[in-house]
Amino acid sequence: MGAINTHFVPALDGVAYGLLLFVAAAGLTLLFGIGGVLNIAHGTLFALGGYLAASVSDGSWSSAFLGLAVATVGGTLCGGLLAAGTLPLADRGHLPQALLTFGLSLVGADVLTTVYGTDEHPVVIPKSVNGTVQIFGHVYPTYRLMFIVVASVLALVGTYVLGRTRAGALLRAAADDREMVGAMGYAPWRVHAALCGAAGALAGLAGGLGAPIIGPGPDTADKVLMLSMVVIVLGRPGSVLGAFGAAIAVGEIETLGVSISSNWAPYLLFGLMAVALVVRTFRGSSAVGAGAAAGAHA
Amino acid sequence: MRIPAVLLSRPVRIGVPGAALAVFLLIAPSSFDGYGISLMSKALALGVLAVSVSILAGYSGLPTMGQAAPFLVGAYTAGVMSTHGHTVGVLQLLCGTLVAAVFAAATGLVAIRTRGVAFLMTTLALGELTVTAAGEWRSLTGGTDGMYGITAIQPLPGMAALSSDRSIYWFVLTATVVVIAVVWWVLRSPVGKLLLACRDHEARMRSAGHPVTRYQWLAYVAAGALAGFGGVLMCTVNAYVSPDDGSFSNSALVLLAVVLGGAISPLGALLGAGLIVATQDWLSGPFPGHGPLLLGLMFIVAVYALPDGVAGIRFRVPKRRGGPA
Repeated sequence: MGAINTHFVPALDGVAYGLLLFVAAAGLTLLFGIGGVLNIAHGTLFALGGYLAASVSDGSWSSAFLGLAVATVGGTLCGGLLAAGTLPLADRGHLPQALLTFGLSLVGADVLTTVYGTDEHPVVIPKSVNGTVQIFGHVYPTYRLMFIVVASVLALVGTYVLGRTRAGALLRAAADDREMVGAMGYAPWRVHAALCGAAGALAGLAGGLGAPIIGPGPDTADKVLMLSMVVIVLGRPGSVLGAFGAAIAVGEIETLGVSISSNWAPYLLFGLMAVALVVRTFRGSSAVGAGAAAGAHA
Repeated sequence: MRIPAVLLSRPVRIGVPGAALAVFLLIAPSSFDGYGISLMSKALALGVLAVSVSILAGYSGLPTMGQAAPFLVGAYTAGVMSTHGHTVGVLQLLCGTLVAAVFAAATGLVAIRTRGVAFLMTTLALGELTVTAAGEWRSLTGGTDGMYGITAIQPLPGMAALSSDRSIYWFVLTATVVVIAVVWWVLRSPVGKLLLACRDHEARMRSAGHPVTRYQWLAYVAAGALAGFGGVLMCTVNAYVSPDDGSFSNSALVLLAVVLGGAISPLGALLGAGLIVATQDWLSGPFPGHGPLLLGLMFIVAVYALPDGVAGIRFRVPKRRGGPA
């Protein structure tokens, strides 16, 4: 019981962190699995969302919602820009697209540090959720608890939209056979634009929502990109449920793992991924290959 | 990205830029100061890394974003050897190449199973994990602070230690020329043709009985060894190694160098690396702190304007379409 008591708060933090990673990685895996675009600038979009939310936040609820709206719109617009940029490259394979997004991430990082400086920008959380609550006798920040609820809802809605609605079915169909979707009367560029827009919106929203957890700063973009990559590779590219499990696992490693043994936590992340890759390799699974095949239609 | 092998078969098209580069490399040191010379050494080390990327991305059709990982392994091998008193340059090059090859042999088993974007992502993840491991393994690597004050090397046993930027440059240049010559010779042999054939007609090669996966794994190991060689040179030039040397941006920058230089041209890759170092360290002089912006714009322009690289501008051949990327 004692161990559970000590590690309850970090474990709950891990859930919050993992959910944040899931929302952040969802946009990346969507664009990667369906659109075949490896968006290196994904972390930059996350950072942009965080900066935008931080710059409008003043502690009131209206500013918090405004911040989220601005972050989402900003992410969507940048996603649209990405769509316009990558579409002409679609018939030249994946590398030019990835290079383009890397160029955009360099430019974006430079613009962000020029505008916002190199300091971290803390977000002012609305007063009514800036306190703490008691859970099973443990003190826990209210905002994180609310974040867990909101992110869970977001994850459920996203899964529902992708799995149960016509728009989601269309996107999944585009992953399998783009030309067939085109033949059904949906212009490929529209599908691509919708995809990039949705991915950008998710990144921006995650940045705005997660700003109190991973605050916007000069290192944010790289950190989020790397953790999202790990989540996607661990959870098998294109799999929503896999990404969810992987995100929670990575979140727990980054919080619970550090609180249990700060020396070993980084190895744990490394080891988990190495094991996953090796196991997958020797099982001869074609999940990763399937991701590539899905992208090959792009 | 798709450049027919015909570009390599015309000696003139390689000879003219090659001769110009050789003259520049031989004459330039006498007109540069120490900083300029060490930048050129740095460009050569990065150039070796770029050539290793061109073996994978160009010849094998495996666009890697994690080639800085074996580069880092090579650099650390050299650093660790120096701190233990093994300062013979040739020995460091051999060991660094060997260790990086072993590293690539292990990671290659995982990476080579994937293609396209999944390969990009897997190599990127492997690279990031290598950087993380390098930062954490403090007893060996000195952690994120890196290893500094690395002892100057002696090229061969019994020779004097390289004390000036100029002498280091000549050592790096000699090593680069030797290794690039070897790579060139190998790629001009049937090995290069086999790799290109596997890249363009994988199914056909498989049905002809070629173990395509094994070829590509070997290419991955060879590229890793070459990257390790470059890493040792980088350690020699900087007398400093840190996890940053293996950063993702290094991997992506050399990929840009390869794109700029034309995917299957070792010389082009070298030139591309030089162009990038020049942009990063000279051109950005008037705009301090905005080197990344210039590089980013270079990426964007290169992607749209140079589908076949700088080498492809004058030698543009009709592009075949419809093949798998």
